[in-house]
Amino acid sequence: MTFDRRKFLLDTGKLLVLSASASVAWEAIVAGKPETAPNYTMTDHWWGMAIDVDKCIGCGSCVRACKAENNVPLDPMYFRTWVEQYRVNPDDMDHPTVESPNGGYDGFPFKGAPDSDPKAKHFFVPKLCNHCADSPCTQVCPVGATFISPDGVVLIDKDYCLACRYCVQACPYGCRFIDPRTMTADKCTLCYQRITKGLTTACCENCPTGARRLGDLKNPNDPIQQFLLDHHVVVLKPQMATGAKVYYNDLDGSVR
Amino acid sequence: MGSVLPAVQGFMYPNEVELQWSVLIVLYPYITGLVAGAFILASLERVFNVEAVKPTYRLALLTALAFLIVAPLPLQLHLGHPERSIEMYLTPHTTSAMAMFGFVYLWYLMVVLVLEIWLDFRKDIVLTWRASRGPKRWLYGAMALWYDNISPEALAVDDRVGKAITVIGIPSAFLLHGYVGFIFGSVKANPWWSSPLMPVVFIFSAVVSGIAAVMLLYMLTAWWRERKFDIACVDTMARFLFFAFVIDFSLEMLDLVHRIYEADESFRALDFMVHTKLYVSQIIIQIYVGTVVPLALLGLVQLVRLSPRVRSWIYWIAGSLTLIGIFAMRWNVVIGGQLFSKSFLGYTAYKMEWATREGLLPAILLMLLPFGILYVLVKLLPPWPAKPRKGDATVM
Repeated sequence: MTFDRRKFLLDTGKLLVLSASASVAWEAIVAGKPETAPNYTMTDHWWGMAIDVDKCIGCGSCVRACKAENNVPLDPMYFRTWVEQYRVNPDDMDHPTVESPNGGYDGFPFKGAPDSDPKAKHFFVPKLCNHCADSPCTQVCPVGATFISPDGVVLIDKDYCLACRYCVQACPYGCRFIDPRTMTADKCTLCYQRITKGLTTACCENCPTGARRLGDLKNPNDPIQQFLLDHHVVVLKPQMATGAKVYYNDLDGSVR
Repeated sequence: MGSVLPAVQGFMYPNEVELQWSVLIVLYPYITGLVAGAFILASLERVFNVEAVKPTYRLALLTALAFLIVAPLPLQLHLGHPERSIEMYLTPHTTSAMAMFGFVYLWYLMVVLVLEIWLDFRKDIVLTWRASRGPKRWLYGAMALWYDNISPEALAVDDRVGKAITVIGIPSAFLLHGYVGFIFGSVKANPWWSSPLMPVVFIFSAVVSGIAAVMLLYMLTAWWRERKFDIACVDTMARFLFFAFVIDFSLEMLDLVHRIYEADESFRALDFMVHTKLYVSQIIIQIYVGTVVPLALLGLVQLVRLSPRVRSWIYWIAGSLTLIGIFAMRWNVVIGGQLFSKSFLGYTAYKMEWATREGLLPAILLMLLPFGILYVLVKLLPPWPAKPRKGDATVM
């Protein structure tokens, strides 16, 4: 009984290579052409956001606007942006009391009762994806379904995401979730559908005090440039070295 | 899903309330650990010529294969879009540790395990092929790849190649499981995971669990077949188990001491978690029941001369506790790493479901499946001689 093993291995190898390249080619064909945005050149922009903590009144307009604009599930554990209320007692700066009922969607209604801790200071911190330049979430995606676009926005290809949830684990800021309807990762896109048409984000648009401002860090005439010059700004968790691009003015050191 | 919200203590970022990785992801490192450990045990005989563990060589290889076949299943079940998992092969993202999985897995399965098993069993396969008829003849013919040369020269080549594969296989086994440790250890956002020690701890705990599993399976299959097992072999395995366990425990304690002494920003939150939500699974089950007790039992055998009967009972107990302890370790890594907020200000809870896709029932079935596969493998490729060897020191 004879059997040419060399030929068998060669043929198998050829078959594998051919079928792999055929499937890649087929994918490229069915993927079709990408949507065009004729008046928008990605490489001309580098998006970030400036948040003036002192101006935030905790009304929750940004959260509601975001959920409406981006069709985010209304459940209390899925948010592209949310607002946290901090209460910090100077005697115990390490242990702030933080609340974010329904992500601040319903605002933070004044309860009328005297504060249990009159000495404490209160403030609100809006949170969203930091659109990190060196984002740990895009680094870990096994198929590259999430990526940073040339204009500095971290996006997700929903037709490609496996929902392995590694990116959710890798984000230090808790900005990602799995959308239970599509079973894919979801997060703030800086309202990409708006900003590529020259509009600002839904959250910035609806902020009554101007606490949130979208900014193009590549545009020398964008007001964010002056804002960053005039204020002492920080990013969240700078020790993570993620290249976060959401800059907070006057942020208390107790905020995580 | 909203039912987890009341279980939140303190503050979690809203998106953190739900756990992302369930009990199925606990199974994944547990199962690959058993694979890597069983293979490393098998290679002891082959590469380092530890004659005493020879009776377990083939069983260890088949055990590794049975578990390796099951290893990707919990991952597939867990994925939101399992039908897209092929993309990890077609368009792997080179900076992702997870993208490596498919390649490491395939390499290990096809190049290392299947090839080594095939070479080792080839003579038996060909002999069965020649001796049988009908579908069985066809099956064994296919398994032999219709190549029936078992001349002494051909078998000598098999042996040389097999040895070379084992030599490649040892670093591959380390890669297979060390890499699983890296998946967790490289997540800088999570201080419970982020540690360069993680892959090393994973490798040694894999060796521990693999030796314990093969030791138990060896005794169990002997009992099942109503044969006497080779106590000298089990003694040797238990000794290796003890040494590997000492290294594993030392590394874990080093990690613990380092965390306590360094006491960085995450320490108070993690310390609180270990003393509350993880108290039973970490302190009681992993450290006391699953590590200190089996270590003491195995240490006792090394120090005191005990009768074979007592020794074998000790091996049964120590081996079982070891497997429970290593499972608890995987649980504490995977689940524990998701119970605290990355704000270090609060904790959530893991509510395990029962008969859902990621519930306890599929987890139990997935844990039983390798034994079913092993049963079939053992029927196809009997790893032991037809009769018990005479002159063995035996018990039971």
